[in-house]
Amino acid sequence: MSLLEVAGLTTAFKTRRGEITAIEDVSFTLAERQILGIVGESGSGKSVTALTIMGLLPNPPARIASGEVRFDGTVLTRLSDARMQKIRGSGIAMVFQEPMTSLNPVFTIGEQLMETLRAHERLSPKAQRERAIEMLTRVGIPSAALRLGDYPHQLSGGQRQRVMIAIALACRPRLLIADEPTTALDVTVQAQILDLLLDLRDEFGMAIIIITHNMGVIAQTADRVLVMYAGRIVEEARIGALFDRPLHPYTRGLLECVPSLEQDKARLAAIPGTLPDPASRPRGCRYAPRCALRIEACTAAIPALLGIQGEHAAACIRATPS
Amino acid sequence: MSALIEATALEKHFAFGEGRLLSRRSGRLRAVDGVSLRIAHGETLGLVGESGCGKSTLGRLLIRLIEPTAGAIFFEGEEITRRPTKALREKRRAMQIIFQDPYGALNPRMRVEDIIMEPLLIHGAKSDGPTRQKVSEMLNLVGLPRHARDRFPHEFSGGQRQRIGIARALVLRPKLVVCDEPVSALDVSVQAQIVNLLQDLQGELRLTYLFIAHDLSVVKHISNRVAVMYLGKIVEVAEKRELYAKPLHPYTQALIAAVPVAHPGNRASARAARARVSGDVPSALHPPAGCRFHTRCPYVMTICRAEEPKITEPRAGHEVACHLVGSS
Repeated sequence: MSLLEVAGLTTAFKTRRGEITAIEDVSFTLAERQILGIVGESGSGKSVTALTIMGLLPNPPARIASGEVRFDGTVLTRLSDARMQKIRGSGIAMVFQEPMTSLNPVFTIGEQLMETLRAHERLSPKAQRERAIEMLTRVGIPSAALRLGDYPHQLSGGQRQRVMIAIALACRPRLLIADEPTTALDVTVQAQILDLLLDLRDEFGMAIIIITHNMGVIAQTADRVLVMYAGRIVEEARIGALFDRPLHPYTRGLLECVPSLEQDKARLAAIPGTLPDPASRPRGCRYAPRCALRIEACTAAIPALLGIQGEHAAACIRATPS
Repeated sequence: MSALIEATALEKHFAFGEGRLLSRRSGRLRAVDGVSLRIAHGETLGLVGESGCGKSTLGRLLIRLIEPTAGAIFFEGEEITRRPTKALREKRRAMQIIFQDPYGALNPRMRVEDIIMEPLLIHGAKSDGPTRQKVSEMLNLVGLPRHARDRFPHEFSGGQRQRIGIARALVLRPKLVVCDEPVSALDVSVQAQIVNLLQDLQGELRLTYLFIAHDLSVVKHISNRVAVMYLGKIVEVAEKRELYAKPLHPYTQALIAAVPVAHPGNRASARAARARVSGDVPSALHPPAGCRFHTRCPYVMTICRAEEPKITEPRAGHEVACHLVGSS
């Protein structure tokens, strides 16, 4: 059985311009201990997917228009707020992009770590402190016992993100969702944080969803990948297959348009055009206006995400097995 | 090749106060601390480094958007360091900048035509037919439709706004353009369009670029030579293939090793290569003594903690400031 099953999930937002669907018909499963990468650009719906799973979107303006999220056999999308609160932290935890704004500036990091522990487990104050020190040490904060009394502003960006990871993992969740966890960090620190996440997966045996716009971060971490574009999954594959045989023209474009250290290109293969405005998305395939392989049929209907080769699926009528 | 712009021993200090109200101390942040560099006509010099290393400050110093604390700047052989603003005007036409954030860099209440025309008016043009014609030519050159003239910045996507910023910088036909993280705020699929545009414009208008970025792959793609900055100092400069294939400074090696792999097959080897550099960049307010990288360097020696390494040139055109290179 899968740890997480997302089926036909559609999340809509009320706006002044009417209701807009941020994600549409998103379906995927995630096995225990697996790392799933979700890659996409702005407006792709990758963060809304995560926030819907976590039940963190306020209603209104957001509402789940259809579909469900099943975690470890429980349908989360029908849970009361109180029961969902119990799952957040001990079942599923989340790390956000901006560690400065995710930490409370007026509490020490020790207080924030122990607050999370208290919310989910009965521990003596001494045991809380010990567990907090243990977690900070594990995520690579030197002399953790001394740092418990530090406020967030006293830490560097990389250390703050380590603290966020320690808080997220304090109650040993079975799934960690990391939304652009390294985007705000410097390159050398980004590499350290990604390595840390991989080590923690091995040690705690949790599953991870890593959300990013960076194909390099995906290449570095994921076992499986979902590629999202304008609110829909356009390709799903195991990591090797995605990089070796990308099926969707958008995925191919994403892989080709970035320069690489390993290979010199005289000119980058740019994807023409811009990302569609969520309020006025094109008819049919949403990538069609930018796609070099576009034919008339592409604009007639939204292509379904279909298995092309085994587990490798693409939402493209031009995609064929290689 | 002769240098279009050259800087020697350039420094920029900012005064700061820290500590609690009563025990407040003041100090000097040396954002740029003794930097010398030259950029040849038609060349692209890439400038990389992590946040707070002083790369943006250096870019602004070179074109005198901010005043240096010490050092000298020569543009086309003439010293411009302390030239009064009025006398600098002619030179200013020739030195322009493109900013990172295309949302914050454009006045939201001005029409695109006025935004692009403004530099021309400042430099004495009249708002007449020929000037408007220049604006239309610029729009065409950066790939924006004619009707963009009458719109406001918020009506455009990030990539298109960056095209407006580029048009504004180039309308005076500058020689040197400082590109300060010009693509890092853009979506991945749009970045390549802007990189290609900058390369095309360089060929057409014979521009010289200082290309500032934290993304080593983009810098490698667009530059001829690359300079690496760490805590206010340039630690290594070389022709790009040389720098990426044979980096001499341990910090350059760490930066290159930290770039995410392009293919999942290289994961394990990439990780083994970067295992040795740890920790974050130290605060620029209190940089380490000696070599500033010594707190994170896997090869640190006693001399590194005491003495600041001088720039040496172990191979022609390849400069580095590291005690390891001097002693080998």
